[in-house]
Amino acid sequence: MRDILPQLPALQVVVPLVGAVLTAFVRRGIFAWALAALATFLSAAIAAGLLWQVLATGPISYRLGGWAPPWGIEYRVDVLNAFVLLLVSGVSTVMMPFARRSVAFEIEGDRQAWFYTMYLLCLAGLLGIAITGDAFNAFVFMEVSSLATYVLIAMGRDRRALLAAYQYLILGTIGATLYVIGVGLLYLVTGTLNIVDLGARLGAASAEQMRPILAALAFITVGISLKLALFPLHLWLPNAYAYAPSFATAFLAATATKVAVYLLLRFLFPVFSLAIGPVALQILHMLLLLSLAAMFVASILAVYEQNVKRMLAYSSVAQIGYITFGISLANQYGLTGGIVHLFNHAVMKGAMFLALGALFYRVRSVRLADLAGVGRQMPLTSAAFVVGGLGLIGTPGTAGFISKWYLALGAIDRGWWPLVFLLVASSLIAVVYVGRFVEVAYFRPVSEACKDARDPPLNMLIPILLLGAATIYFGIETELSAGVASQAADALLRGAK
Amino acid sequence: MPAALQNAIDHYNYFITIFLMVSGLYIVIARGNMIKKLVGLSLFQTSVYLLYISPGKIIGGTAPILDPAFKVYSNPLPHVLILTAIVVGVATLALGLAIVARIHEAYGTIEEDEIFDRDAEG
Repeated sequence: MRDILPQLPALQVVVPLVGAVLTAFVRRGIFAWALAALATFLSAAIAAGLLWQVLATGPISYRLGGWAPPWGIEYRVDVLNAFVLLLVSGVSTVMMPFARRSVAFEIEGDRQAWFYTMYLLCLAGLLGIAITGDAFNAFVFMEVSSLATYVLIAMGRDRRALLAAYQYLILGTIGATLYVIGVGLLYLVTGTLNIVDLGARLGAASAEQMRPILAALAFITVGISLKLALFPLHLWLPNAYAYAPSFATAFLAATATKVAVYLLLRFLFPVFSLAIGPVALQILHMLLLLSLAAMFVASILAVYEQNVKRMLAYSSVAQIGYITFGISLANQYGLTGGIVHLFNHAVMKGAMFLALGALFYRVRSVRLADLAGVGRQMPLTSAAFVVGGLGLIGTPGTAGFISKWYLALGAIDRGWWPLVFLLVASSLIAVVYVGRFVEVAYFRPVSEACKDARDPPLNMLIPILLLGAATIYFGIETELSAGVASQAADALLRGAK
Repeated sequence: MPAALQNAIDHYNYFITIFLMVSGLYIVIARGNMIKKLVGLSLFQTSVYLLYISPGKIIGGTAPILDPAFKVYSNPLPHVLILTAIVVGVATLALGLAIVARIHEAYGTIEEDEIFDRDAEG
């Protein structure tokens, strides 16, 4: 055990990667599922170990292959990325029991093993982006996770899933390429790819080097914004989420965009703010405007959507707006709000998409009209969905309230009072789209489609209820979420000075 | 020779890079044929290879194998990075083409506007 502890950072990526290879050799879906569940569980255990270690003793630096940074690739774990690692692997672990039936229901027998292979590759890529301290290595992991994501989406039953995957492939590749152009420019200016070293060297950059640095900032921000679906670069997201298999949607909604947000945070705070100064980061004003646009436009689009899966997808775009809103405030409360919403949104949306997956498993449709009366037929599943929805609105007592509380404090701290009203106003739109589901599910006569629907089997129900309960738990007990997020925000801002 | 022209000649490798970058991106946006879009995407990615590799070459520099006879070496790191990026590019293109092949099976066309029409009908 003592020998394994120092190797945890490498194992964090290696375990799901090896799991993916092993899964590719398995033919039966059930064995592939077992392997995937085991690898996911081990990743979560490793991530928990890392977070515990970081909180106890400070950042960990791991030299891959023994090469010293900044020449070799460094895996650097601090509070922020240990938190993201635990979020990604933890939520995936909770979701895994759900996957078995949902995937068996939605994907043909001989393809199930491939589905789990792709899932594990995607997980390995996401964990890799979060753990690496090397800008180019992050690009490689980004492509590992993205390529796997395209396949996961294309495995949806509807032929439009193929189209969604193709569109995401085009936009995702453009995003990743823009990112790598930006990293290339930084490499030309500084001669380093290590993110910590980049920050230090940019801090010493001369005035005539500012032009390529600003160009790099633009390329990297736009590239990552495509990946995290910042409005108006979100066009790939609604279709991708709507037509992907239920489990893939839940997994991606909870993890993929969050990791992209993490990468943006890494570049904006320790790296660029050193070169340009946090106040002069004009890009943050742009980010603020786009975040506000996302919060309103995407929420309104969600209100008019008849397909509940697409409705939640638009809601995700809006919720990402809240996260980037917090980042754009660039102060202690704002960043805490952004980071804690990253966590809370993953939990809430995870609960909602899983519940929706269970509704699809029983009702075989996610159209609002077909779900009439489902609240009485499937009480527990619908209750979890509504609890997640209350979280999205930001009702006191749910996780969403905590996020919005910090975001509001951040806005007040900057003296931008009107933003608090905009926060509340956009939350009211969420009341409308969540309310539409409540009205249809509880107050309409039972539709033909869900006449025989009842709550799904326990292995699907328990993950849904767990995430639903977590939505309430993290609204009351905030030590793990807001406490750690606040530490991470503090470290980011201290690093930026 | 005017300074601007001299400047352009000195940086011709960057101009080629930018030309490839922009034309690749233009093809992705302007074309409705899914294969052509992928070709544009590949061109766009390839331009980045140039962006990395050309500054790695130092005029008069030799391959980075330590030897007392040589003083100036080219930087090997960009080559290694781009080797990885090429693999990524090939994988993306292969996956893209595979998805287009499946789209052709499902829709009977690879023209984007025709596909949208067919989805609107169905």
